Amino acid sequence: MAKIRRSEKREMPALNTSSLPDIIFMLLFFFMTVTSMKEVTYKVSFQVPQATELTKLEKKSLVRYIYVGTPREEFRKQYGQETRIQLDDAFAEVADIGLYVQRENEEMAENERGLMTISIKADAETRMGIIGEIKQNLRNANALRINYAAVQRTNF
Amino acid sequence: MAKKVPQINASSMADISFLLLIFFLVTTSMDVNQGLARRLPAPVPPDQKIEDLEKKIHDRDLLRVKINSINQLFVQGQEMDVKQLRAKAKEFIENPNNDPNLPERFTEEIQGLGAVTYTKNHVISVQNDVDTKYQAYLDVQNELVAAYNELRDEYAHSKFGKAYNELDEDEQKLVQKVYPQKISEAEPKNYGGL
Repeated sequence: MAKIRRSEKREMPALNTSSLPDIIFMLLFFFMTVTSMKEVTYKVSFQVPQATELTKLEKKSLVRYIYVGTPREEFRKQYGQETRIQLDDAFAEVADIGLYVQRENEEMAENERGLMTISIKADAETRMGIIGEIKQNLRNANALRINYAAVQRTNF
Repeated sequence: MAKKVPQINASSMADISFLLLIFFLVTTSMDVNQGLARRLPAPVPPDQKIEDLEKKIHDRDLLRVKINSINQLFVQGQEMDVKQLRAKAKEFIENPNNDPNLPERFTEEIQGLGAVTYTKNHVISVQNDVDTKYQAYLDVQNELVAAYNELRDEYAHSKFGKAYNELDEDEQKLVQKVYPQKISEAEPKNYGGL
């Protein structure tokens, strides 16, 4: 008769996890290449409009951003619901744009001066009144290269 | 006998890389920075009077594009769907049949290209209302830029046998001379309803 042998303390073999770091590193590198650092924390919420004729903003050091949208939930009490603009990390008035452009221009490297591109990241629902004012201010500040931030349109 | 190298314990490596991964996930955003590149006109000196654009330019050389406060598009006074704007703009810029109501065609010698016939003086004037939605405005801008891009692409294909963005910088400049982007934007006006 066969004897059922009790295995003497059978141990689970240790799982080989030596390739785990490699996998994670691969993920890490993937995310590092496809994403970009957030420039600032957004104080306004916006959903950029759609377009097809898009160009990529190549040189990061030349780009400055103007955010246009309604204040985020936590700032509604203080700033209301109307469309506001954000320069760097703070709410600003449209009239501040001239000074902002001037200041940023002075901080730029000498050989890059005058090549500044302003990327206007505005909500698709924004009224053109404020955009027109921004454009006028940029014009007066001699910041003539602009870029209307948009996403690729999927349907038309 | 060769000395055995003790194995390095690498089990914490996974934790470290996880930490890095999570850090990058939190601090980065997926959205790529792209958009519609435009150039603003140089500021007008304060002592110079702003001349009315429509008076200085021949009537046939001007394409009037208006977007009103409820986002309706009017081209030369006629309502139009934004989807038809591209074809209309292309016809206007190119004037293929030498229509006397469309911009005048000039034949000029351009260095590197030879004699080229093109509508030198055409201007597209875009006007919008303060209440126009940004998306509607950008749609119009997008279609106009698309019209130019398509024309440049067609020209690049016929002249150089390549797409416009495959040309080198000098060749692109030549094509730009034949199809210069002339989109003029007036100050937004408050037209009210229509």
